[in-house]
Amino acid sequence: MELSEHIKTANVEDVTLRRPFHPALRGTLCVTSHHLLFSDGKDEASWQLLILLKNIDAIEKRAVGSSGTITIKCKDLLVLQLEIPGMEECLNIASSIEALSSLESVTEMYPFFYRPSHLTLSGPWGLSSMEQYYKQTERLWDRWRISTVNSDYSVCLSYPSAVIVPREVDDDMLIRSARFRQGGRFPVLSYCHHRNGMVIMRSSQPLTGANKKSCKEDELLLRAVIDGSKLGYIIDLRSAQQAQQARMTGGGFESKSCYSDWKRFHRHHERGKVVQESLIKLVEACSDPSHSVDRWLSKLENSKWLSHVHSALCTAGLVVECVERDGHSVLVHGSEGTDNTLLVSSLAQLILDPASRTVTGFLCLLEREWIQAGHPFQQRCAHSAYSHARLKQECPSFLLLLDCVWQVWRQFPLALEFSEALLLRLAQEVYASNYGTFLCNSEQERCAAGVKENTHCLFQSLLRPDIEEQYLNPLYEPTDLVIWPSVHPQSLQLWTGLFLRWTEYAQNMEEAREEVWSIVKEHREQAGPDRTNNMLSTHCDTLTPFENLMDELTIL
Amino acid sequence: MEHIRTPKVEQVKLLDRFSNKSVTGTLHLTATHLIFVESNSTSAQEIWILHHHIASVEKLSLTTSGCPLLIQCRNFRLVHFVIPRERDCHDIYSSLLRLLRPVSYDELYAFSYNPKQNDQQREEGWQLIDLAAEFERMGVPCDQWQLTDVNREYKVCETYPRDLYVPITASKPIIVGSSKFRSKGRFPVLTYFYQEKKAAVCRCSQPLSGFSARCLEDEHMLQAISKANHNSRCIYVMDTRPKLNALANRAAGKGYENEDNYPNIRFQFVGIENIHVMRGSLQKLLEVMGTRSLSMTDYLVGLENSGWLRHIKAIMDAAIFLAKAVTVEGASVLVHCSDGWDRTAQVCALGSLLMDPYYRTIKGFMVLIEKDWISFGHKFADRCDQLDPDPKEVSPIFTQFLECVWQLTEQFPQAFEFSEWFLIQIHEHVHSCQFGNFLGNSQRQREDLQLKERTYSLWAHLLSEKQNYLNPVYSLSFAESHPVLEPSTQAYHFKFWRNMYHQYDRSMHPRQSILKHVLTLKESNRELEGTVQALKTKLQAFGVSTSPLKPQTPPRERSLPSRPQSLILGAPLLSRKEVQQEEDEEVLGEEAREDAPASTDGERTVEGSSATENGYGELTGSFGSKNEPAVVTLEFGVARMTC
Repeated sequence: MELSEHIKTANVEDVTLRRPFHPALRGTLCVTSHHLLFSDGKDEASWQLLILLKNIDAIEKRAVGSSGTITIKCKDLLVLQLEIPGMEECLNIASSIEALSSLESVTEMYPFFYRPSHLTLSGPWGLSSMEQYYKQTERLWDRWRISTVNSDYSVCLSYPSAVIVPREVDDDMLIRSARFRQGGRFPVLSYCHHRNGMVIMRSSQPLTGANKKSCKEDELLLRAVIDGSKLGYIIDLRSAQQAQQARMTGGGFESKSCYSDWKRFHRHHERGKVVQESLIKLVEACSDPSHSVDRWLSKLENSKWLSHVHSALCTAGLVVECVERDGHSVLVHGSEGTDNTLLVSSLAQLILDPASRTVTGFLCLLEREWIQAGHPFQQRCAHSAYSHARLKQECPSFLLLLDCVWQVWRQFPLALEFSEALLLRLAQEVYASNYGTFLCNSEQERCAAGVKENTHCLFQSLLRPDIEEQYLNPLYEPTDLVIWPSVHPQSLQLWTGLFLRWTEYAQNMEEAREEVWSIVKEHREQAGPDRTNNMLSTHCDTLTPFENLMDELTIL
Repeated sequence: MEHIRTPKVEQVKLLDRFSNKSVTGTLHLTATHLIFVESNSTSAQEIWILHHHIASVEKLSLTTSGCPLLIQCRNFRLVHFVIPRERDCHDIYSSLLRLLRPVSYDELYAFSYNPKQNDQQREEGWQLIDLAAEFERMGVPCDQWQLTDVNREYKVCETYPRDLYVPITASKPIIVGSSKFRSKGRFPVLTYFYQEKKAAVCRCSQPLSGFSARCLEDEHMLQAISKANHNSRCIYVMDTRPKLNALANRAAGKGYENEDNYPNIRFQFVGIENIHVMRGSLQKLLEVMGTRSLSMTDYLVGLENSGWLRHIKAIMDAAIFLAKAVTVEGASVLVHCSDGWDRTAQVCALGSLLMDPYYRTIKGFMVLIEKDWISFGHKFADRCDQLDPDPKEVSPIFTQFLECVWQLTEQFPQAFEFSEWFLIQIHEHVHSCQFGNFLGNSQRQREDLQLKERTYSLWAHLLSEKQNYLNPVYSLSFAESHPVLEPSTQAYHFKFWRNMYHQYDRSMHPRQSILKHVLTLKESNRELEGTVQALKTKLQAFGVSTSPLKPQTPPRERSLPSRPQSLILGAPLLSRKEVQQEEDEEVLGEEAREDAPASTDGERTVEGSSATENGYGELTGSFGSKNEPAVVTLEFGVARMTC
């Protein structure tokens, strides 16, 4: 079925558009295969509203006499209303939106049609490949190697074609270890600490099952990771009880007897549906302005969103502590190793590694730890907070990561090169995008769908100098130190920039931010090494002889 | 001095509130301070605690390592010492008990504090705030409002100031009659005049109406206020109490205005709870926040159950109602509660702050406090427990006002000339009894104490370190475009004020401060500009052209702006020791340095002033709590951030 067949009414005149902080507008509404457009006809060149249909999470129809009202709730949390004269038109528009906003086929999605004039499709896609990462990271060369055992995605469907593993472990052992891990996600290197060479590994749970199977190769692989040092830590992102229960369904955990060098910690993290429901509850609490303070606090608590943020930061802190303070390597996994595992390992890197705090470094981190590592974006981000559809595999793990990064930024406002704006942009793009970066669930799927050949890469486009500037933190001062966040509940806050994005509050904040920018700019101009200081020093140089002369004169 | 039994105890342990860490040092007891000096020579931290700041001392049961002493301060600091010998602990304990309960005003720190100023400077300090000038700024006296001398001798109302402003048509008999019909004689007087609409904000105490009593003079008084406003004959009477409380008061011969007896009034209850509820609420809040390894759920539930933010919102709602009535409708408003010195002060002051950008400047805020709180007789001595404590009279009324202002600064980052550290510093000194401003319960009492001759003014002190309290993004144009603030009262705007209630729990603060950083940039901008100007003038004096010179040599050094030395404004400027320490930190992880010592003359600056934020105890708390076999030294260490 052609996309256009979903469109029964393409244009409606005399539609009224209502949205926060704008006066109501009358104009023409237009539905295309991928967009909803609105123009008030005054300015031919510009659309008053242009939203991707994929950004629409839910719509509600209401009939008022002969006309109808459609409330559109977007995945970026914007809510707007359209009053459409004519019941039939209203229903047609609504059904088109419903059909076109929930396309299943990847190649029908907008990134495959997005062709801006300033971008070309030729050239490499993405910022860096695993091979490039390996080449650039000299500290890996000695003990680690690139393995292409997964080049045809046969060993692990969700892993990229190349992974970094201990040098002394050969590909056969990897294949055997993969058979012993859920989804074939055998332990691979995620990060090597620049100070002490200790590493963060990640994997999925071992398939020990009820009768406590073991796998020699998996054990050897992990032994090779710590290479002679007597100790490593396994951070299991489930409670001990959950890990025990997982054995009943074929999963399990690394037992002390088989992995004697490894010490295991359990940290309970909610996953999947529970986290998705948290998001739904939180957004619901935020969008009802009539709450009393008590009711608000109770709803905020009830959503548990901040509890998830809290536990993610705590566990990331634990990983950092193991690596940086204790000087031991860490293996992180939960069950599947595609959600919380990535959340914890990437947060730990942000805290540990100054290189991941630049714009480029952060985007590379996301590319490596989320895109290439096989976070199933398409499944997780199919719906956001407003959808009434039955939950399938939705889970806002990535949003949770962005929230945690925001919390770190709040506590270290000078340490990150990027600003909140970048996090907000990513929060939007992950749900609906012109770019192909967040399409599909794994590298293998992206390969099959031809994403790299037929779409543009978001990260590359964000790094274009004119674009990047919008996302810079004016106060950035690089530091080599580890940025330990405080994880007291009192130190964490609701991310108002995202969840209260469409309130007046955001506008005052924006003005204050601009003021900060202008102060910094003024400072750069004044204190810039090229201008004032030159002037100062030269003036000083000229002055000194005069002053000496004056001194002499006074003495005389 | 005779109360000090043991001036010095060595080998005292100071336990961290939220982790298992501790440091060892020496405890000194002086006439004014309790001082802890860490023995570690490289990072000797000092903690100075003013006796007046101590709310309670508790001796806990003996442990193997010694005798624990728990000290809770009014500025929300909590210290936990362990003293090796029980005898010493007892001596300190009993000395403190005596020292923190001064029996007469003369024992308060303000009377011995000497900031090395001469009499003239002291006098100038006291003259900084001039309320007559403030009323003049508002446009009073004018054709409708006059200054009355009826209270010159404090004969009509003991707790009011001498100078009071009343409607021109309110004659002396009316005033006196009205005052007899009002609790504590606090008759309706002007506190703020909104010139643009000639609308007045007046304040008083509750009428002694009981179930049916009337007072013609009082009715005339309100009539006079109504007549003084040509814009709107109708005046709002805001009873800031919950209706139930007001009803209960009727049985005691007090109560509220009967709309039938007063023409042209619109009566309104606002529902701010009384001092006892507020005291209990804060106590609950502090209990929750003091819990070790607090979970997110317990934190939010505790915050809700304390009701604290609900009370803050109630005050804010009332102030917004007041500001709207005055600025939008142009109506005059009369505000009262029971005695008219707690809730009334909160609402009038906050309302004026919303209406008048002047009160959002540093000087203006001082004037506002001086007017609505100090001169109109908020009972600072009782509420802040300065002397002869009656626990039932203590209540965080003024703290709530400061918090409301903070909530506003969060909503309007560009509207205030000052930052939160200014508010925190004022809070510190309301309890410190170091300056004369907040001593006593009323103007009259302050005059009897001759405070202006015998003590110093806080305002002069704060103005002298004004640069520490500036808000770098304060914008005059914002004030012009938003003369009246219209805050949102949606629940999610009310946040927990961590920097106030956890002021001394350094591990909770952000590790780097935008505020401080931007302020430093701004300061350095100004300095650079100044230097360039100065050099130019100098050069001109020598007859050298100031046209751009060709740089002869590259600049000597990289010209980084001086880093903010402390996250917390109001911190003492960087001392050489700190510079040294900061350099050390670059090399090796530096151990916990808590407070920078306050200078020896006891001049207290905002504590929490070290350049490093550290003591990552919080993570210890959260990890250590899980009963994990302690294979890892589960303790976060050192902050190696210099900020």
